Amino acid sequence: MPATPSRRLPRVLDERFDEILAAWTKEQTNGAKPGTASEGDIRARCSELLSAMRKALASSGADDVQGPAWAPVRDVLQRVSFIRAQQGFTPSETATFVLSLKRPLFEALRASAGNDAEALATDVWGATEVLDRLALFTAEVYMKTREELIARQSQDMLELSTPVVKLWEGVLALPMIGTLDSSRTQVVMESLLQRIVETGADVAILDITGVPTVDTLTAQHLIKTVTAARLMGAECIISGIRPQIAQTIVHLGVDLGDIVTKATLADAFKLALSRTGTTLVRSRNGANPTGSLTTTPR
Amino acid sequence: MLTARTERIAVRGPHDIVNVRQVVRGWCLAVGMGLVDLTKMVTAASEIARNTLEYGGGGALTIEELRDGVRQGVRLIFEDQGPGIPDIDRAMTDGYTSGTGMGLGLGGTKRLVDQFDIASTPGQGTRVAITKWKAR
Ligand SMILES: Nc1ncnc2c1ncn2[C@@H]1O[C@H](COP(=O)(O)OP(=O)(O)OP(=O)(O)O)[C@@H](O)[C@H]1O
Ligand SMILES: [Mg+2]
Repeated sequence: MPATPSRRLPRVLDERFDEILAAWTKEQTNGAKPGTASEGDIRARCSELLSAMRKALASSGADDVQGPAWAPVRDVLQRVSFIRAQQGFTPSETATFVLSLKRPLFEALRASAGNDAEALATDVWGATEVLDRLALFTAEVYMKTREELIARQSQDMLELSTPVVKLWEGVLALPMIGTLDSSRTQVVMESLLQRIVETGADVAILDITGVPTVDTLTAQHLIKTVTAARLMGAECIISGIRPQIAQTIVHLGVDLGDIVTKATLADAFKLALSRTGTTLVRSRNGANPTGSLTTTPR
Repeated sequence: MLTARTERIAVRGPHDIVNVRQVVRGWCLAVGMGLVDLTKMVTAASEIARNTLEYGGGGALTIEELRDGVRQGVRLIFEDQGPGIPDIDRAMTDGYTSGTGMGLGLGGTKRLVDQFDIASTPGQGTRVAITKWKAR
């Protein structure tokens, strides 16, 4: 057993809290991934963890990071790992959140140890043990979160059948969300064709705003769906193709043929209405600045 | 040129393809790649990951963050020990597929990235390396 580092560690954390927090926050923001967390966020997380550590160390010492006194610390780490796992950080980047506390903490210990080399060695050793254990815990939570995320995603893909919404007489919309893997696309296609038969729709809008990646497989599925819908007598409009997706499709060399595309679901809806012979009349009522739409069925 | 860090992930099942896309997205964000380039790289990763799984029988992806002076980029290396590609020129041709795809994965990927290298030995496997640099 190292000689009572657990008594000095909380004291140093106490006395030099602001100094350690500032140095640690700086360390974090230097290596931060752009677009993942603001400096304010990082500072808040660091501050939360430091306070929780100070309390845990004071009440139960450093040996039992799995024990109840350390629960608030584990709680903070759990949240940090969870967020980082979702943001696509690697396990080592996630553990870095804890490990980057080493330098600021060691510096504070050194400053407070004065000339007592032996005390410093003991303290640094004690602090290393604690931080390494916490880093390990962080990495474990990360791995678990990743596994759960992946399991849940595939679950979503199987279970979430895209709703087929009747927007108007003769107009159906399918807001697609998530990954269009083959099994899910099959479900989407079947329910679309089913509803076309049921409702006698003339136009179906496939909205892909919620589809993050359109690769050749996704494109092939979309084209197949459109072709099948045509055979049932309905025209399709694909909406929600964001500029970056449009560019990517062009580079891939995917030819959407004569499939009509629109930037937004609203644009597609307007086109669909005109296709079904419904005319839109902008209301002249000045009280409504956006103008209300009056529709006149054919 | 310097490799700042690397990560290796498995490409063994359909879930891994979803994972590849997410992890690659994270690495592109980390070097500060813009939305268009990021989308291109993630799509390219999706194509090659699917080939690795479908034709290569599964394999692995090594991701590298590259630094070349002030330039930053991401390199993806997909490797499998599958049957290999007997005729690479033909495989690269738009529209050629030995399966039921559109035959655009390889050709399309080459157009989406800054550097594309493919090597394959029949009976031994295939290696595809693609690089995208952050636009300055
Ligand atoms: N890793 C690999 N191992 C063996 N053969 C491969 C591999 N990658 C590609 N091929 C071969 O090259 C062909 C062309 O690949 P490509 O990705 O361009 O088209 P595809 O996968 O058939 O269709 P798409 O990608 O458009 O869905 C494939 O059909 C396959 O025969
Ligand atoms: Mg392919």
